[in-house]
Amino acid sequence: MKLLAIIFAAVFTNNFILSKFLGICPFLGVSKKTNTAFGMSLAVLFVMLLASIVCYPINCFLEARGMEYLQTLVFILVIAALVQLVELVLKRHLPALYQALGIYLPLITTNCAVLGVVTLNVSEAYGFAESVANAFGAGLGFLVAMLIFSGVREHLEGNDIPDFWKGLPATLVAAAFTACSFLGFAGVAGNLFGM
Amino acid sequence: MSERPSSLGHEFSKGILLENPVLRLALGTCPTLAVSTSLENAIGMGVAATLVLMLSNASISLLRNVIPQRVRIPSYIVIIAAFVTIIQMLIKAYAPALNEALGIYLPLIVVNCIILGRAEAFASKNRVFVSVLDGLGMGIGFTLALCCMAVLREFFGSGELTLKAFGHGTSLTALFGLQEGNLLSAIGLEPVTIFLLAPGGFFVFGLLMALVNRLGREKKGADACENNCSACPMAALCAGKEGEV
Repeated sequence: MKLLAIIFAAVFTNNFILSKFLGICPFLGVSKKTNTAFGMSLAVLFVMLLASIVCYPINCFLEARGMEYLQTLVFILVIAALVQLVELVLKRHLPALYQALGIYLPLITTNCAVLGVVTLNVSEAYGFAESVANAFGAGLGFLVAMLIFSGVREHLEGNDIPDFWKGLPATLVAAAFTACSFLGFAGVAGNLFGM
Repeated sequence: MSERPSSLGHEFSKGILLENPVLRLALGTCPTLAVSTSLENAIGMGVAATLVLMLSNASISLLRNVIPQRVRIPSYIVIIAAFVTIIQMLIKAYAPALNEALGIYLPLIVVNCIILGRAEAFASKNRVFVSVLDGLGMGIGFTLALCCMAVLREFFGSGELTLKAFGHGTSLTALFGLQEGNLLSAIGLEPVTIFLLAPGGFFVFGLLMALVNRLGREKKGADACENNCSACPMAALCAGKEGEV
């Protein structure tokens, strides 16, 4: 039940993009078309899950040695290495998946959502299962937000907007309204799962 | 060859207005949106990021002939992460309240694209002193943009303005000598809480960007992604399209 609550909260109430502002770069950069938004989100979900799984034992090791101060440094290195590794493995063994996700993978190292998930797992003192649930929820929330927003943007495309609002400013205002719709979920997780 | 003073001044000042990392180049948007709910947090985040930017620019510039081309990005990330950890420990020790308020966004300075972007686009090609100046200018530009956002969001969202930095200072209500309520309620208006929530962040950011676009029209502003593409995480997909704001 607690795992479900964590997933629900990460997808809706504390959506990574729309309420925590993590992963804004891909949110604004790759959301123009639904296809690319979907591919990017899948890659992010995949790396988030892997990073959480790998970083959990590493963090246990660091904490046992009293070396918590190395967390940030080690996590970002682990993520960078993981992304490289995933790229290599996919290229060799799953070329079809590599075709689909390949171009997004290198972009993920500097995606703050991935480091954000890992850091959040540590700061909330989540156990292994909770960490994985959190990562899964965060990735799923990322996917949901990206898909909704790419739909919004496709509608925005042909509209007549004043020159200086064109591009990012108009996109950001659209994002504001998308974020509004997620405000409605506030408190739902608490009541639904009795937490 | 020594740089002329005018070009030094340019390297320093370009980050503040012409190439403002947040409002013109749209870098570092995550922390900008996340911590701009109060002026105090904005200043704290701005100062922390500026320090990291100057230190990392300095060391990357010093090491620019030593770091092999192929592993430069991981090397930069390690250098940046080291400085972020140092700053984080200092803030934990001397401003614990700020550490609480910034939460996970403090370690996330590591993946702030402004810092990696400057390392790649500037510090890896220039001498130490100029790189530090560039870092300081960009840092101040980042801090100013954050403060603009924070002033708007905090004032309209809560009717209050904390004029604090690192736990010292006062607030605007105290300055005006109001005993109860806030500045907005003093003139018969209600604070609009949504400014403090996520949608308000997106909205104010869009508004400021539109304003900067409008004002920057006659100036020969930098093209949004100019020479930053190599470090920009979006480069593979944007191909110069997204930046043409």
